Amino acid sequence: MADRRTHRLRLWTSALVVGVVLLAVLLVPPLVQLDEQAVDLSRKLLPPSWEHPFGTDDLGRDLLLRCVYGLRISLLVGLVAALVATVVGTAVGAAAGALGGWTDRTLMRLVDAFSSVPHLLLGIFVVALFRPGVWPVIASVAVTHWLSTARIVRSEVLSLRTRPFVDAAVSGGATRWRVAVRHLLPAVLPQAGLAAVLMVPHAMWHESALSFLGLGLPSHQASLGNLVQNARSSLLAGYGWPTLFPGLLLIVPTLAIAGLAGVWRDRLNPRRRSELML
Amino acid sequence: MLELDGVTAGYDRRAPVFRGASLTVAPGESVGLLGPSGCGKSTLARVAALLHRPDAGRFVLDGTEVRAWRHRAPRELRTAVGVVFQQPRMAADPRLTLADLLVEPLRATGRRAEAPARLAELAPAVGLTPDLLGRRPHEVSDGQLQRACLGRALALRPRWLICDEMTAMLDASTTAALVAAVEAYRADTGAGLLAVGHDRVLLSRWCDRTVEWKNCLPAEEGP
Repeated sequence: MADRRTHRLRLWTSALVVGVVLLAVLLVPPLVQLDEQAVDLSRKLLPPSWEHPFGTDDLGRDLLLRCVYGLRISLLVGLVAALVATVVGTAVGAAAGALGGWTDRTLMRLVDAFSSVPHLLLGIFVVALFRPGVWPVIASVAVTHWLSTARIVRSEVLSLRTRPFVDAAVSGGATRWRVAVRHLLPAVLPQAGLAAVLMVPHAMWHESALSFLGLGLPSHQASLGNLVQNARSSLLAGYGWPTLFPGLLLIVPTLAIAGLAGVWRDRLNPRRRSELML
Repeated sequence: MLELDGVTAGYDRRAPVFRGASLTVAPGESVGLLGPSGCGKSTLARVAALLHRPDAGRFVLDGTEVRAWRHRAPRELRTAVGVVFQQPRMAADPRLTLADLLVEPLRATGRRAEAPARLAELAPAVGLTPDLLGRRPHEVSDGQLQRACLGRALALRPRWLICDEMTAMLDASTTAALVAAVEAYRADTGAGLLAVGHDRVLLSRWCDRTVEWKNCLPAEEGP
């Protein structure tokens, strides 16, 4: 029972956080007609108050507003990059696992080659090829993050391919396509979907790291990484909140997304479902 | 006629599990293949079920020489042989209910419309009660799942049935029930049977004759 209560608690807290974040990033920009880039040097570095709940930064910009815009960009980058990386990873992994032979060897050596370069270095290389913007950042995340999905999907397909239930399906007259669609894909898709959700926080952190290094989005554009980067000098001068709030907004929503992924993983496993009495 | 002639098979061409094995099952006949673990009985059964390509030898099924295996084999040859495996847990897709499992071969071969009627015949024939049909493999016992796997093997009314250690993991009463279900099906359709196992008492009582696997080759033995 305790198991089930923890499961519920995790589901509801994560869902609540993700819900609030989604509402904020979807509703605030169109409803609140304020310019998040408006500079007011007379109000710089104000501590959190009713007027500015997150305080203001060193150029007098409202941090709550900038955080919402920053979270919006970070989430967008995270979602799109995770989607692209998952589709590429699933395609490569499924092809390698299902076709085997030299296709498998070639594709997997390619994966090894990509993995041998540190992720951030490869990511920096990709963004350095283009002008700063959202798409190069997404490309950078996607190029460095499809590898794990490819490995997961390949190993899953390999282990499934030799199961007697595939033999039974073949013996029962199923075509290759039928086996793939009816027996292999349903077994692999949840794993790939789970990998995609788990990748969203990764992608957000990758974007923030690039922006923090000044290689991601242009610095006037609010993103969580840019906000932390801009707040660095204020932190050294003794003003903590410009770093604290973007940092929290990076940590809490990514934990919540990972929490939802954990709930999903529990529900995927039929045995675990029965244990939790869902 | 199910004729295996001089079949060499294994999982590594340089070291086959057995060489030059021959075995014949006449229509309507039941043959028990006995032998110790690891001698290649199951591999021979997989060859006969068109699931494993042999390295050498001939396999003639009802007068047609089999030249392609697995997906490449013609569907009417593949579905002429029904197979039941040793481990029902591994042989059942964990996502399907037992009802789906039973009629999956009908759906896979484009005979979806016949599925409800066939399900109504199959479930009682293998001893599955209606309340079990909605469950998934992890919610039933090994015996109940093996009944469903037998039902699936019979779904397309195969002319040949291969039972690879079908009852090795089951208790005596379930074993008896499954053997009875196979025999009822054979009495009804006149299908041939190749039963693979290591239980001499069971196979010699069940089958018309048994073949003992000696020195990695099947050698004929009395009834």
